[in-house]
Amino acid sequence: MIPIRVDNVGLTYAGAMSPVLSHVELSVEEGELLVVVGPTGSGKTTLLRLMCGLVPHFSGGTLTGQVTVGGRSTSDVPPRELADIVGFVPQNPADSFVCDTVEEELAYVMENLGVAPVVMRRRVEETLDLLGIADLRTREIWSLSGGQQQRVAIAAVLTASPRILILDEPTSSLDPAAAEDVLAAIGRLVHDVGLTVVMSEHRLERVIHLADRVVVVDGPVPRVSDPAVAMIDSPVAPPVVHLGRAMGWDPLPLSIRDARRAAASLRVALEGREPEGWAPAGPESAGSSSARAEPVVEAAGLVVRYGSRAAVSGLDLAAGAGEIVAIMGRNGSGKSTLLATLAGLMTPQHGRVRIDGEDPARLTGGERIQRIGLVPQDPGALLYSSTVDHECRTADREGHLEPGATRAVLDLLVPDIDPDVHPRDLSEGQRLGLALAVVTAHHPVVLLLDEPTRGLDDLAKDRLAELMGELSRSGTCVIFATHDTELASRSAHRIVVLADGEVIADGPARDVACHSTVFAPQVARIMAPAAWLTVAEVVEAVGART
Amino acid sequence: MTDRRVHPGAWWAWALGLAAVAARATNLVLLAGIVGVVLAVVWACRTPSPQQLSLAVFVRLAVWVVVLRVLLQIVFAPRLPGTVLFTLPEATLPGWAAGISVGGPVTLESLVAGVAAAARLAVVLICVGAVNTLATPGRLLKSLPAVLYEAGVAVTVGLTATPQAMAEVSRVRTARHLRGRPTRGAAGLRGTAVPVLEGALDRALTLASSMDARGYGRRDAAGPHRFRSLALLGVGLLSICVGAYGVLASGPSRSLAGPALALGAAACATSLLLAGRGSRRTRYRPIPWTASATAVALSGVVPVVASVVAAGLDPAVLMPSTQPLVMPTMTWPLVLGLVVALTPMLVAPAPAADR
Repeated sequence: MIPIRVDNVGLTYAGAMSPVLSHVELSVEEGELLVVVGPTGSGKTTLLRLMCGLVPHFSGGTLTGQVTVGGRSTSDVPPRELADIVGFVPQNPADSFVCDTVEEELAYVMENLGVAPVVMRRRVEETLDLLGIADLRTREIWSLSGGQQQRVAIAAVLTASPRILILDEPTSSLDPAAAEDVLAAIGRLVHDVGLTVVMSEHRLERVIHLADRVVVVDGPVPRVSDPAVAMIDSPVAPPVVHLGRAMGWDPLPLSIRDARRAAASLRVALEGREPEGWAPAGPESAGSSSARAEPVVEAAGLVVRYGSRAAVSGLDLAAGAGEIVAIMGRNGSGKSTLLATLAGLMTPQHGRVRIDGEDPARLTGGERIQRIGLVPQDPGALLYSSTVDHECRTADREGHLEPGATRAVLDLLVPDIDPDVHPRDLSEGQRLGLALAVVTAHHPVVLLLDEPTRGLDDLAKDRLAELMGELSRSGTCVIFATHDTELASRSAHRIVVLADGEVIADGPARDVACHSTVFAPQVARIMAPAAWLTVAEVVEAVGART
Repeated sequence: MTDRRVHPGAWWAWALGLAAVAARATNLVLLAGIVGVVLAVVWACRTPSPQQLSLAVFVRLAVWVVVLRVLLQIVFAPRLPGTVLFTLPEATLPGWAAGISVGGPVTLESLVAGVAAAARLAVVLICVGAVNTLATPGRLLKSLPAVLYEAGVAVTVGLTATPQAMAEVSRVRTARHLRGRPTRGAAGLRGTAVPVLEGALDRALTLASSMDARGYGRRDAAGPHRFRSLALLGVGLLSICVGAYGVLASGPSRSLAGPALALGAAACATSLLLAGRGSRRTRYRPIPWTASATAVALSGVVPVVASVVAAGLDPAVLMPSTQPLVMPTMTWPLVLGLVVALTPMLVAPAPAADR
């Protein structure tokens, strides 16, 4: 029996003019890993939720055609009757936990299915080991880190021993190492357990080499094909594919290993040359010493504690006007705390913070928004108007900007957003775009971004990088915390790496990124030992040579 | 690893026993003794969890109860003879409010009576707070009979919603602060309330879809006798209500009490039995009722018996007179009851590593 059959399916949400998806023809084969890719807001999540019955049972809308899961049609049975066949892990697992402790959460689905207590006990133990979370078994779920929560969420559906696992962006909020852990666990499930897995992912560089087939959702009719074929013209692609396309490699390499072999001659050709096509504009070219002489962000000897645990311990950081600084480090290393302290949301126990010469904790109202802009991890928190248009107009008014200024920034970031839609109904990436627009339209002296790439596709990331560059040229100091090695190495002048609340590396992006095993971008890994960071600079160097 | 968790029912029996003693007493020495016992047991037996805050919350509430009651006593209490501590200016109220006195001399006797009455309620509150710390409500719900499972889940979700809403409030206020908007006053309240409610609703929907996707409310899980057992439970509870009315009322309805209570109990028991047999839902590692659970439960029953015995020996020991004021005393049954109530410290201490 085919695990999932999607038969000429179309879906139109209530009140929408056009369908999100139409004429979807797809059958998920036994034991395959299917990766769903596509730009922000294209309907990836809708497609995944269709496959477990949550759409349309929990979303409303008009479904045409038929989705069959394990022989049962989702229009006949609600999702709960499919719980033993298909397990669904939503994008933000923190909101979906039902129980207090890890062990109880794992048992929850089995209790509902009426699994015998003896079997239940055995499956909990096995699943804990399979995902490597046995040491967390008695922990309270709220006390776990993002990566741990993600693995618990996967384990919590696996205990039902479903044949199909559906994951919505399982690594979007994880640091590179934790993402590797989760993907390794998923790989093990596919290869050793024989599970069928359907997952969506924005950071394709992490999963594309694992995929058996790829569904490209770009427009209402998704296309299904082999990864190497899909990547030839996919609107979203990892750097390794972009490099392959630019160099005309055939077949297109999908993994670092394949690309390194294909790039042997390229490395020889570029030997002894320094990357020059891409030089960070701004303070570096203007002479970083002058920028450092008058930093707009100054933090000295910061210590921030939660109870007895120090989230930030003795940290010094200075950044000048127009500088772009990427803060990296594993989940829980103090990145968010540092940003919150710089924004004056938290008062450090020791040390001092000065933003543009002022204590950020004292700034309020107009003085604040013209100095500090912070986009938190959950950008939706910043929005509270009932329409996108109203949100933009409010931001214009409060920042004493020309009417339409905020909307213009929004159009640059994520074009074509319907002005009358409620911010809540935007996709995660669109919502982030709106929050960014609202904050950056004021041209704050310092812009702080916490995980700005969560849920963003490649195009939106390109535009984010452009926007950061533009703000930097106009003198804004941009500091962003990220797990996205590609974005950090491409758009930051400086990378600061934190561990346990301390700075363990601080230097020009090229030095830090190329000398790290964890934070090196794909191009650096392909071109190592030479210090090339982006596809653009390699292409330019090759172009200049010929 | 042996399962050392004590059945939540035992903790509730222990706490409710102590609360029952407190509810019958205005003896300040006894009430102070109960608070001491409760705090000692909580200190020795709790395991860390976010619920740990709840005792602090209840203690704060208890202190407020006492403070408020004493203030009311000072301002409004009827003027009784006794040792005058100080005199407040007296207000003359219009005729329709006759019987309420405002101000006037404040006596030591009325103050002590006020403190004692408030302390009774405060100690009951502390007992409830203690049991919340020792056995989280979620754990008790896990031990409920199958027929109450659905209601139990609804209550659990409701209980977790409150702390989540508090977190949401601080998140939204932070966001408003970031955008330079007011976080206080009427404008701040309106700007905060709407997103908080929206957020709560969104989370509720996410949780509902997650529970559904994991099989909550499956047709075959509740078992074939579900509606029959629910109906029986309803009849049983109604019958118990009638019986309870009969017990409390005087006159001919009293004769109804015995049969109605018996019928009600039988109906409830049958309902639970039916539901338990029919349900396909299973329990993961249910907390067993162990010997230490029996000991904990008994250590809550003993003080109740002791207080009844003490009241039999000396009717004034639980509620010492405040007019004239006498020093509250302890008799040996009360002391024994309090000592027995410390048993959980011996039979159910938290593992040293968790402390």
